[in-house]
Amino acid sequence: MFVGFLYALRERGLSVGAQEAVNLARALEAGLHDSSLEGFYDVAKALLVHRESELDDFDQAFLKHFKGIEVESQKLKDELLDWLKEAKERTRELTEEERALLERYDLDELKRLFDERMNEQQERHDRGNKWIGTGGSSPFGHGGAKREGIRVGGAGGNRSAIQVAGARRYKGYRDDVALDVRQMAVALRKLRALTREGYPDELDLEGTIDETARNAGELEIVVRPPRRPNTRVILLMDVGGSMDPYAHLVSRLFTAAKKATHFKELRCYYFHNCVYGKIYEDPQFRRPVKVRDLLADCGPHYKLIVVGDALMAPYELLQAGGALDLDEDNGIEGIVWLMSLEDHFQRACWLNPEPERYWHGNTIEYVGQVFEMFPLTLEGLGRAARFLAKGTKRKR
Amino acid sequence: MSSADSTGGSPNSPGSPSTAEFTRFRGTDSYLTNDSLESAVNCAVVLERPLLVKGEPGTGKTLLAEAIAEALEMPLLRWHVKSTTRAQDGLYVYDTVQRLYDSRFGDGDVGDIRRYIKKGPLGQAFESERRAVLLIDEVDKADLEFPNDLLHELDRMRFRVDETGDEVVARHRPVVVITSNNEKELPDAFLRRCVFHFIDFPEEALMRRIVAVHHPDLDEHLADQAMRVFYEIRAMRRLRKRPSTSELIDWIAVLKRSGVRDVKLDSGLPFLGTLLKKEQDMVALADQLAGGARYRS
Repeated sequence: MFVGFLYALRERGLSVGAQEAVNLARALEAGLHDSSLEGFYDVAKALLVHRESELDDFDQAFLKHFKGIEVESQKLKDELLDWLKEAKERTRELTEEERALLERYDLDELKRLFDERMNEQQERHDRGNKWIGTGGSSPFGHGGAKREGIRVGGAGGNRSAIQVAGARRYKGYRDDVALDVRQMAVALRKLRALTREGYPDELDLEGTIDETARNAGELEIVVRPPRRPNTRVILLMDVGGSMDPYAHLVSRLFTAAKKATHFKELRCYYFHNCVYGKIYEDPQFRRPVKVRDLLADCGPHYKLIVVGDALMAPYELLQAGGALDLDEDNGIEGIVWLMSLEDHFQRACWLNPEPERYWHGNTIEYVGQVFEMFPLTLEGLGRAARFLAKGTKRKR
Repeated sequence: MSSADSTGGSPNSPGSPSTAEFTRFRGTDSYLTNDSLESAVNCAVVLERPLLVKGEPGTGKTLLAEAIAEALEMPLLRWHVKSTTRAQDGLYVYDTVQRLYDSRFGDGDVGDIRRYIKKGPLGQAFESERRAVLLIDEVDKADLEFPNDLLHELDRMRFRVDETGDEVVARHRPVVVITSNNEKELPDAFLRRCVFHFIDFPEEALMRRIVAVHHPDLDEHLADQAMRVFYEIRAMRRLRKRPSTSELIDWIAVLKRSGVRDVKLDSGLPFLGTLLKKEQDMVALADQLAGGARYRS
């Protein structure tokens, strides 16, 4: 049954494998779940869930899988009664308090109570709300903590596992984005280039040994500047219009790039549709920057990453005055602006969220002739980073 | 307490002594827990896996390690991770400069490299005579690859000192508690080796008990009001950093000290600085209160 639960979790995308199954088995063998469904819920949650975004999926799977399990409650009951019988025979090993508790509950009385409770649950089951907190309810709750004696005055507020799972408290932590950001950040690390510059405050061990030996054993400390990241990146993003469906993807890339600590400098700019002379520092297009100024400011050693679908009407790209915004009409075609950008930098690439099969017979094809174009996928990002990391001008 | 006995060996028939030897973590007098957290800690202790704790700042992630050490009577070793921390630092550091220096000035036996190998927190935990609790605090502060670099050491609980060829093997596998503030996503391979627990923000009833633990002689009336104001502030959507348990406890301490008897949520809320730490949150709160007043009038 547990294996079935593991597969149910896998179906929901939790990475649960043999390792987790073995761990769970070991934990159950050690009695950590106190033979109760509530205990099992806590143990399984600790061992099978790896990040808070998975908690909600876990709760849902648990709810679906363990709601209305009769076999298990029967087994639980048998185990419990076995133990109680055994405990009565071993009263010497029990503490004073435990003995007192045991005596309060006659075994037959307990059995009757339990059966009563079971029937009650049967009824609740018919109303679709079964298996509520047997282990937690008072006489059985005490019995539940069988391993280290009876839990006296056990902490209140023991909500049953089904109730807890049903509450779905972790909905807010569902965040299918985070994983991708990490993967993107890892892909972007390929852009890292480290150089030694600045104040020398790191011990050069090899150099020190060489110099000391050369100095006939007189200690000669050699220091060098620490390695620092030396990659400067310009991220130029298309926003609005046809890019809207990809906004989440672009924002992940943006987050990953922002978080990356291995860039010496990261500049982010925005444009709409195509670049026509001006780009913007904010996605609301309030703070314009002239492309010519940008080029004057940033040397060719900057890495340019353009993110956009490159989809537009042909005249928007190929005709002078094709810009949507008439302010931007400066008598130069969009494609020429793109060419001058590409030409300026040693390494520039274009990341396109459109699937590669749509890259022909439209403006993407034209832009693709100007820029080295990669799909905005993890794999494409990796290829783009490798391409950008090569320092020299490519030959086409 | 022998950990090997509690996991290996015979299947656990009811009443078998194998788990009796294992002391369960049930929180301490000053650190209150719930079943779910206790269960996670006990899993980590029994399975000898690292326990990864996440949760809002101020919910007691770091204190958990102290509580475990106190409850299970184990020594506590701390490793506070910074952005420059490397995995190697936790194992050992080879103090080459000292050795070079000694060779120059002839202090001590330079031929013995072991004298210049200093064990990091993980190394110390491995060598500890008793089973220790090792806190790796804020693991997400370090480089992206940091957790991956520790995989082998945490899994096998052994490492080799390259300079001497010595193998350091854990005498007792330490209880490793790792905290993360979610600044960076941790790698999958690392997550799979950990027991995971997400510390929920305490509900009001639990919070009341927590407050009672820290301020046992607190006036009932003030406690009620402080709690209400606290949860009202937390409910505000626009706050960047919502106050958490530690802020509430500090705040009540200040209120008590200064003899304040009544607090209510208005612009004159005393010692707001202990609850809200960001300038923009102060502004947001003031806005909200002013807005509310206008709305009411």
